[in-house]
Amino acid sequence: MTAARASLGRTAAAHAILIAYTLIALFPVLLIVINSFKSRNAIFREPLMPPTAETFDLVGYTTVWGQGNFIGYFGNSLTVTVASLFFVLLFGAMAAFALSEYRFRGNTMMGLYLALGIMIPIRLGTVAILQLMVASGLVNTLTALILVYTAQGLPLSIFILSEFMKQVSDDLKNAGRIDGLSEYRIFFRLVLPLVRPAMATVAVFTMIPIWNDLWFPLILAPSEQTKTVTLGAQIFIGQFVTNWNAVLAALSLAIVPVLVLYLIFSRQLIRGITSGAVK
Amino acid sequence: MGSLVIQNVQKSFGKVEVLKGIDLDVKDGEFVVFVGPSGCGKSTLLRIIAGLEDASSGAVLIDGANVINTPPAKRGIAMVFQTYALYPHLNVRDNMSLGLKQAGTAADVIATRIASASAMLSLDPYLARRPAELSGGQRQRVAIGRAVVREPKLFLFDEPLSNLDAALRVNTRLEIAQLHRRLKATMIYVTHDQVEAMTLADKIVVLNAGQIEQIGAPMELYNAPANEFVAGFIGSPKMNFIDGARLGETAKTIGVRPEHITVDPANGDWKGTVVHAEHLGADTNVYLDCEKAGLITVRIFGEYRVEPGATLCATPHPGKLFRFGADGKRLAG
Ligand SMILES: Nc1ncnc2c1ncn2[C@@H]1O[C@H](COP(=O)(O)OP(=O)(O)OP(=O)(O)O)[C@@H](O)[C@H]1O
Ligand SMILES: [Mg+2]
Repeated sequence: MTAARASLGRTAAAHAILIAYTLIALFPVLLIVINSFKSRNAIFREPLMPPTAETFDLVGYTTVWGQGNFIGYFGNSLTVTVASLFFVLLFGAMAAFALSEYRFRGNTMMGLYLALGIMIPIRLGTVAILQLMVASGLVNTLTALILVYTAQGLPLSIFILSEFMKQVSDDLKNAGRIDGLSEYRIFFRLVLPLVRPAMATVAVFTMIPIWNDLWFPLILAPSEQTKTVTLGAQIFIGQFVTNWNAVLAALSLAIVPVLVLYLIFSRQLIRGITSGAVK
Repeated sequence: MGSLVIQNVQKSFGKVEVLKGIDLDVKDGEFVVFVGPSGCGKSTLLRIIAGLEDASSGAVLIDGANVINTPPAKRGIAMVFQTYALYPHLNVRDNMSLGLKQAGTAADVIATRIASASAMLSLDPYLARRPAELSGGQRQRVAIGRAVVREPKLFLFDEPLSNLDAALRVNTRLEIAQLHRRLKATMIYVTHDQVEAMTLADKIVVLNAGQIEQIGAPMELYNAPANEFVAGFIGSPKMNFIDGARLGETAKTIGVRPEHITVDPANGDWKGTVVHAEHLGADTNVYLDCEKAGLITVRIFGEYRVEPGATLCATPHPGKLFRFGADGKRLAG
């Protein structure tokens, strides 16, 4: 903002609102993180206090670590998330390009059909999906999860990306055609770099539900080898006793990878979100 | 080499007929300009010549060979776009060389062609820059350079100057004219700017609603328009059209150009009141509401002091009247 348009009062008010919102949004996360470093008694006695010298306890982390498989769970979550993300972005962008660039019979119908998935949750099809996976022998494999999440992420990704791809200049693509670039080169070298902010937006919105999902891992891949972090953390939540230290520690750890992925995409993400608003 | 023949090209988007049978013959080395109102199909025709759009029917022959099934890159054409369409991730040199590299041209050939094109268009200081670091005029010169290095049989320009400001437009227009003289290449140029059309063209093609209204040299269109549309489209300010009956003529419409009318405070054929006067320095445009002829525009060379409300008499130059029939066609004589 230029100095001419900035007024101290307004700036202060805007910042106060934003800071208040940030605090509210971060509070539950912070609570989980600080409590994960406390002993069980301290968690219940003074849940809002940060750990002190006597309440500080790493028992949660040692339990999680001692569980042995947790590294494996992390690996599974990461594999599933990254692989699904890759396919959602690749196929989503390709479908979006075809829908926005080529005139063919049934183009609009195809677009509507692909967008249908935004409104109809994929969980409605759980039973059928399970039968499919049993029939194809994919139960208890990460492939099953990757396939389901790719299908889950595609509708929104196609919808958002085709809107952005329509804005890429026709002249640019045509210049590429006259220079003899193949449609693939035009797509990968000219169009994709220009919709990178939109890709980052789609990546973040696709990644978080996948990472956090409990439903499909529980149904399709509950075996020890294929458990994801969210599912793995469930072993600490018992019907009668819950190991809160371990649950909180597992949750705190689970934040780290998404945070890292988010930081990778965030600069582009912000460009993607604001470009829609500013233009 | 670079002749172009278009035979009965038609194009429809769904049910909408955009081009209704275009026939055109362009000789090697000619500069042909397509003009016409917005939406008449100029760009569509150009894109069909380039191969970016398929014609619904008809043939396009470049150097005698039908190229209807040839991809754009193999047609021996180069195109300059209104929005420059430079590759944003490549610097100027790579922008110009990409097409040649794709075609498998030897590196030393590419280097010499880029050197000569960049010298011709004064692009030497910018070769290492990205398009984002150039001004609009420089970008358009790079786009022209990218076309020049391909040494095409046919240059296609789609309103290349319309994103530039007035001064730059004049400069770039001159550059394109010089380029044509130097390369002696065939050029097809789309514009809706009359001045560009009149100054650049060997031959102007006037399009209207997907049809060719007239093809001819600039002065031919000015002096002998085939019909009312061409007469009104070529020339600025626009030709005055007067109902034939009001002047006691048998023709449906009488046309007279604003520059072919003289005014006098006292004597003349059409007496009228000045509605408005535009003082442009070199010219003065006077809008005159005449009793006999209705509202007409008169273009007077040089300065002419006149206030709205004044009475003037207008006289058309003898022999400069155009007569049009009921079908819009110009009548002889
Ligand atoms: N992809 C398309 N689908 C449907 N109609 C189209 C398409 N492209 C162009 N048209 C229509 O074809 C007609 C001619 O378009 P074209 O772009 O050739 O006009 P133009 O003469 O270049 O106009 P301008 O001077 O405004 O650039 C227009 O009426 C336009 O609406
Ligand atoms: Mg156009």
